[in-house]
Amino acid sequence: MKRNNLLELGVGIFMLAGILGLVFLGLRVSGLGVGVPNDTFTLTANFANIGGLRPQSKVTMSGVRVGKVTNIQLDPKWFDAKVTMELDSEYEGKLSNDTTAAILTSGLLGEQYIGLTVGGAPEMLHDGDVIHDTQQALVLEELIQQFVSNMAN
Amino acid sequence: MMRHIHALGRATLDIVSSIGRAGLFLIQSIVCLPSREGFHLWVRQMHFVGVMSGAIVLVSGLFIGMVLALQGFTILVGFGADEALGQMVALSLVRELAPVVAALLFAGRAGSALTAEIGLMKATEQLTSMEMIGVDPLRRIVAPRLWAGFVSLPILTVMFAVVGIWGGYLVGVDWLGVYEGSYWSNMQDSVDFVDDVLNGMIKSLVFGLVVTWIAVFQGYDLIPTSEGISRATTRTVVYASLAVLGLDFVLTALMFGDLG
Repeated sequence: MKRNNLLELGVGIFMLAGILGLVFLGLRVSGLGVGVPNDTFTLTANFANIGGLRPQSKVTMSGVRVGKVTNIQLDPKWFDAKVTMELDSEYEGKLSNDTTAAILTSGLLGEQYIGLTVGGAPEMLHDGDVIHDTQQALVLEELIQQFVSNMAN
Repeated sequence: MMRHIHALGRATLDIVSSIGRAGLFLIQSIVCLPSREGFHLWVRQMHFVGVMSGAIVLVSGLFIGMVLALQGFTILVGFGADEALGQMVALSLVRELAPVVAALLFAGRAGSALTAEIGLMKATEQLTSMEMIGVDPLRRIVAPRLWAGFVSLPILTVMFAVVGIWGGYLVGVDWLGVYEGSYWSNMQDSVDFVDDVLNGMIKSLVFGLVVTWIAVFQGYDLIPTSEGISRATTRTVVYASLAVLGLDFVLTALMFGDLG
């Protein structure tokens, strides 16, 4: 009987290790938040070209992570990309109305992310507001094309 | 000429009937009501199939994670993108390496043992004796082993992935000096729980079923001689490995094929 108990203990520890491992994969590796969904607020911005930006890309301010991109779709009215992002709620009402959003690249081949820069306007951005001043992603082909045509002149 | 056609026909019939027997066998043994007795048998098999395979899976996972980090670093550092090391290690482990390598190790470690065990039971006529006294060997012997394989391979896969990511951390961050924050944050930015982790789990569930199915069927269906047992054990490892690699491609194409 004692041997049987030991065996059951072993299997129990094994199952527990599996569950803990899955929790680790969820929280630490894929960065699932356990936090409540209402501790963020949403902003949207239209970009002429988003390059390689995708959902889950980070949103930063002075290089510090403040949120993430949640949704990207084509705006059928202007045919540009409408990017929805969630920012930590502690910044709600603290970013000025004329905040600019630019799509930047970390390193030469790194992932693309959104960098925000605050302006000086007295009105502040709130949940659901739109950032009007945006700067599109740098596309390498366009840069090269520009460079070549400049060389030709 | 006629002889060759005969041989071709016989081979085809053999293959078809063995597939049919394997399918019937799976359905007959997997469909059974849960009982206290069955649960205890299952726990015993979980210990042998799952817990005892833990050591080999943990050690292999650690080394595979470490070598991934080392190889990945030397390539990525050429592009100045060594920050992306965590992303590379985690994605390749969670999506591909953990389900596939754990299943291959599982086939070699547990599958071959299952075949030999059931085969020896058949050769010593234990299975026939069970039928004589009115105990269904499919429910008593085969079902607990099938369920144990089905449950334990996903757990082994999770352990493999976790230990591999830790091994990559040891080599990448502690030894090669990738910045710790970017190792984890790059990983969290790129790994999606549903798309990557859960799809890897689905793969390992499929592999667990297929590998144990092949193992117990080969044991149950073998020719009860010492030569038959050795042939069947070899066939288990070969068929199970081929099935895992082939199914892995099919599943990957279904899951990630449209990501483009």
